[in-house]
Amino acid sequence: MPAIFPRWTNKIPLAIAVLGPLVGAGVIFGVWYYWSPEFTDVGYRPEQPVSFSHKLHAGDMGLDCRYCHNTVEVAAKAAIPPTQTCMNCHSLVKTDSPKLKKVRDSYESGKPIPWVRVHQLPDYAFFDHRPHLAAGVGCSTCHGRIDQMTVVQMDQPLSMGWCLDCHRDPDNNLRPLDRITDMNWDPHSEEALAYNPNEDPERKRKVVPPEHCSGCHR
Amino acid sequence: MAVAADKLDPLSGRKDLVEGHPTFHDVTEAVCAPIESPSWRWWVAFLMSLSVLGILGIALAYLFYEGVGIWGLNNPVDWGYAIVNFVFWVGIGHAGTLISAVLFLFRQKWRTSINRASEAMTIFAVICALMFPLVHTGRPWLAAYWLLPLPNQMDIWPNFRSPLLWDVFAVSTYFTVSLLFWYVGLIPDLATMRDRAKTKTRRIAYGIFSLGWRGSNRHWQHYEKAYLILAGLATPLVLSVHTIVSFDFAVSQLPGWHTTIFPPYFVAGAIFSGFAMVLTLMLPLRSWFGLKHIITVKHLENMAKVILLTGTLVGYAYAMEFFIAWYSGNPYESYAFANRLFGDYWWAYWTMVSCNVLSPQVFWFKKARRSVLVLFIVSIFVNIGMWFERFVITVTSLHHDFLPSSWDYYSPTIWDAATLLGSFGLFFTLFCLFVRYLPSIAIAEVKSVMPEADPHHGDDHE
Repeated sequence: MPAIFPRWTNKIPLAIAVLGPLVGAGVIFGVWYYWSPEFTDVGYRPEQPVSFSHKLHAGDMGLDCRYCHNTVEVAAKAAIPPTQTCMNCHSLVKTDSPKLKKVRDSYESGKPIPWVRVHQLPDYAFFDHRPHLAAGVGCSTCHGRIDQMTVVQMDQPLSMGWCLDCHRDPDNNLRPLDRITDMNWDPHSEEALAYNPNEDPERKRKVVPPEHCSGCHR
Repeated sequence: MAVAADKLDPLSGRKDLVEGHPTFHDVTEAVCAPIESPSWRWWVAFLMSLSVLGILGIALAYLFYEGVGIWGLNNPVDWGYAIVNFVFWVGIGHAGTLISAVLFLFRQKWRTSINRASEAMTIFAVICALMFPLVHTGRPWLAAYWLLPLPNQMDIWPNFRSPLLWDVFAVSTYFTVSLLFWYVGLIPDLATMRDRAKTKTRRIAYGIFSLGWRGSNRHWQHYEKAYLILAGLATPLVLSVHTIVSFDFAVSQLPGWHTTIFPPYFVAGAIFSGFAMVLTLMLPLRSWFGLKHIITVKHLENMAKVILLTGTLVGYAYAMEFFIAWYSGNPYESYAFANRLFGDYWWAYWTMVSCNVLSPQVFWFKKARRSVLVLFIVSIFVNIGMWFERFVITVTSLHHDFLPSSWDYYSPTIWDAATLLGSFGLFFTLFCLFVRYLPSIAIAEVKSVMPEADPHHGDDHE
């Protein structure tokens, strides 16, 4: 009987044995790395309807974060300010600027400016700003140097593994409670390294972040 | 009493394993016939199985769309049909492994007629079983990192202290070894199919899977070694897999589950249910495909004996559970078992006992062991009873746990029933495809137990 298959087909089983595990490991690595928020989400920088510059307002002029995001210490969400907050100043400052036309229109019509949300967690993750600020996690720890961003972008992955890194070992990310909005706080500075949250007399209670599932998935 | 006696081989004094003195070629022809010219019966069986498989498709599609809310799960009974069906199907598989591996190591030659189809049954049953862990959350695309320890950005890692994870490893190992064992055994027969192939497609398809088998002495030597090693690897799995499945229950501290008898009790039950399923499959197979002279009444009788033994072992385990519940003096344990007998699910408990303990007792009678009709009816009863066993264990312990305020009654929905029914569709569809495309009897192995295989066959001298 003649051979059904050519001779080179003898190498196929060997090729499968060698390549199979390699491809499998490659797929696992690929999903782990390229399909993670660290790769897909960091640097997300949507175009906003009004070219508001955090660099100008929070950086150069030194406005405190809480002037606009005023609910951050008392509510789950750090409020996106209404147009009225902008107009507190802009009814007097740069009243003719074409860049602010949309803000003035919004103020007159009462229709909010459709800001595009940058930091979006899944619905099944319950995040609350209040306990994080109360524990002394600064704005820049999760949001990066907003004061240097002309257009806001995601600085950290906000993935579950990233959250857990801090929940398991929070001390290096905590700072004195009066420095929360300090954009210049450097976690590697001598001051930061010398700070021990457990010995801070300003703190009323010890920081014990939850690590169990229902801490965030309720 | 002259109950149809088997003809004995004049030399060995043992029963003939293949009846009617066929030649080697006759055996090949008989086994290959259903593959090369399928009967209308196959089409009937296949199309029926396929439509039931369609029910599974609908049930799963709706599950994935809507979520597990379509099932009857409630607060105390958060384990329902999914785990009941999983344990049922894993159990079915065990008979195949026992027949193929344990009986091989014990040189039980009668296994050769039934081992191929039983192993196929094992693989298809384990496929049905594996489906349930994948779909039981309604979100199977997330199952990869729920079941397996794979690196991921969520830092989600399976709990290695949980028997549910041990189960993942136990069952996937079982599936891998069973598949390899079945496949290695198939190679010589696949080569036979390749050499008999009349079309190019068949020649290439069987050619690929027969891995260039030519039947040389060297091939046979390697084959026998590989087969022996795989039999050795598969043998402990007969005991270990269902032991670990039983840990899913026994390791948790719930009255009715937290008992040390669970591992041996589950293994006996698994072999019991598996042999019943082998009979359910073999009886139509041998009659429809004209294989009665290869899967003889003697084979059926042997299987009936195993069913009687394991069914009685299971009955012993049921009794022992009650004894320990009383002897322990633990009021919760006693309540759990009284609740099984006379509680809300008394009907499930008594179905289980009648099917599993009472019905196999007819096999004390040789006439019953040799009657195809009785065998088939009892095999169906045992299948039903063993499904109910898992239902009783899962549901009765959960629905009345420690806190009376959280007690509730569990009733399955139409979607629970459709998934169970559909899993049978998957099982029978796979089995139909198997008998249509692969030799359902190990041709080479059957030949090795025929008188012609004896080197002294045909010798005149003593």
